[in-house]
Amino acid sequence: MPRLSYRRALTRALGDELARDEAVFLLGEDVQVGASLVTTGLAKRFGTERVRDTPLSEQAFTSFATGAALAGLRPVIEFQIPSLLFLVFEQIVNHAHKFPLMTGGQCRVPVTYLVPGSGSRTGWAGQHSDHPYSLFAHVGVVTVVPATPADAYGLLVTAIRHDDPVVVFAPAGAMDVRDDVDDLAPVPLGRGRIHRFGDDVTVVAIGHLVHDALAVAEELADQVSVEVFDPRTLYPFDIDGLTESVARTGRLVVLDDANRSCGMAAEIIASVVERVRLLAPPRRVTRPDGAVLPFAPALDRAVQPGRDQLATAIHLTMKDGS
Amino acid sequence: MTDADPVGLYRTVRLIRRFEERAVELVHGGQIVGGIHPYLGQEGIAAGVCAALDADDVLAGTHRGHGHVLARGADPARMLAELCGRVTGLNAGRGGSMHAADLSIGVLGANAIVGASGAIITGAVWAHRRRGRDTVGVSFFGDGAVNEGMLLEAFNLAALWRVPVLFVCENNGYATTMPVAGAVAGSIAGRAAAFGIPAVQVDGQDPETVRVAARAAVDRMRAGGGPELIEARTYRFDVHHTFEHAVRLDDYRPPDEVIRGRARDPVRIQGERLTDTDRAAVDVEVEATVDAAVRFALSSPEPDPADALTYLYASGLTARTGGG
Ligand SMILES: Cc1ncc(C[n+]2csc(CCOP(=O)(O)OP(=O)(O)O)c2C)c(N)n1
Ligand SMILES: [Mg+2]
Repeated sequence: MPRLSYRRALTRALGDELARDEAVFLLGEDVQVGASLVTTGLAKRFGTERVRDTPLSEQAFTSFATGAALAGLRPVIEFQIPSLLFLVFEQIVNHAHKFPLMTGGQCRVPVTYLVPGSGSRTGWAGQHSDHPYSLFAHVGVVTVVPATPADAYGLLVTAIRHDDPVVVFAPAGAMDVRDDVDDLAPVPLGRGRIHRFGDDVTVVAIGHLVHDALAVAEELADQVSVEVFDPRTLYPFDIDGLTESVARTGRLVVLDDANRSCGMAAEIIASVVERVRLLAPPRRVTRPDGAVLPFAPALDRAVQPGRDQLATAIHLTMKDGS
Repeated sequence: MTDADPVGLYRTVRLIRRFEERAVELVHGGQIVGGIHPYLGQEGIAAGVCAALDADDVLAGTHRGHGHVLARGADPARMLAELCGRVTGLNAGRGGSMHAADLSIGVLGANAIVGASGAIITGAVWAHRRRGRDTVGVSFFGDGAVNEGMLLEAFNLAALWRVPVLFVCENNGYATTMPVAGAVAGSIAGRAAAFGIPAVQVDGQDPETVRVAARAAVDRMRAGGGPELIEARTYRFDVHHTFEHAVRLDDYRPPDEVIRGRARDPVRIQGERLTDTDRAAVDVEVEATVDAAVRFALSSPEPDPADALTYLYASGLTARTGGG
């Protein structure tokens, strides 16, 4: 079976969609050379008209993409830094996302916002290390955070073909994951995936943390049977899939590499407890409230949710419920 | 090449004028909720610019956006129904005054966010041209927008990629209560010059002057030129927003300035170019159109609350409901 890295899966998805549909084009900063190592080779293959380097004008090129989408194209924007989404939050939420409703269904805005390297990139410190996916879920913009190369390919392809705006977070912690992949196919939005079945507790892990959750589940295998659920899409969320899992295990822990207050973990827990009576109080392992990632590596690690914290949360949930 | 059409131009400014006057009445009567930003006094700009456009062209406007939508040829009845929040409105009652749009005639919408239209129109024009059309676009904005980074970025992008967008600054002297002199360092035309965008200043109160300037710019753009800017000097005859009819703000505009400003009326200026008979005929026609629009709007059904989020997602995604 061919091995594929997460990063190359993104490249492959972009190349396949550019080849399949003339309406697709790519724009962003340094995408022709491929400074992110994701758009590598695409300008040579598809030309600089369809793989466009932009000036450093995030707000303008984000709304430029909205206009191009209103005129029938399918732009994909690559953002170099996750915090650039703060700069264009207004353009995405107030314009791209709101246009279909505000015009009474006269238009669609199929734009994909791709953020390769979201979350902590060790050593890049405070302004490069955010993971603002909950903001987009909150406002109702389709938000995906693939964990594996196959899902990175499949969800990016689906995002590009989707008729509404989609933000694709590709966590820095997952970019170098490699996997045996035999067939690459689109992955539907709003459908989670159980990576590991278990009986005692369901761990929901987002993005790169899926791999940490799997490692912890393996470590604890002789003490507790852990099910690992990867939502893949945060909005719309596969609440039916997760409910089915938690209804079996009766316990829930969420692992979320983002700030705690009003985060995805809170939303996931609330959505589950609205539907399922748990055997023990649910737990979440997240970044602290209001966290800014400090520079020094030990400090950076200290505010990211870790495997030890997850193991502890699992033990506590088991104890609470027994 | 469209030639001068004094009657057509008069019809447009007269229509916008009467539409806005009736809309203000409907605000006072409670049939339009939330109020409007009347385009009264600025009619000549939308009318003149839109007279220079062809069928494939696109435009995007502002919070003070009724004039742009009407001048482009949207159905006044459906426009007024939109302001009244009816299902028959251009946006099925989902947009209202500040979001009125008619994509079928290239109106990508009024827009409530100051400075937002430039980048959207630049992208739309670029995309249409990539798809083989001869489209040019117009981005309308006020003097307040020239201090928005988003718009200045759009100037740069349009100029850099030679996207034929006519940037039309409706300089009515104020952003709400803030005079231009208190907000704009340098000049509006100077901002265009910084990006190598040709700019002209015109008398926005004369619809024909605006049309001639827009025509010349559109012709150059269609012949392969990049973006251009027109600064149209104008005066808003009434309030910034109809809330000022209820809550009087301090005299931020000197009374004698208001008198002088209102003396240069685009409807009168264009009307004087018509024979009395022609003018009277247009007035009667416009009155009938606006009367019919009011009747249509007020007799149209209101949307069903069960459908409040019907158009939220073009993809057909449905949102979770908010109830317990
Ligand atoms: C980005 C943004 N900032 C502030 C506002 C609030 N606001 C609405 S209209 C307006 C004044 C705009 O002035 P100008 O651009 O000159 O247009 P005019 O109202 O004079 O037509 C302001 C401040 C807004 N809608 N958008
Ligand atoms: Mg103004």
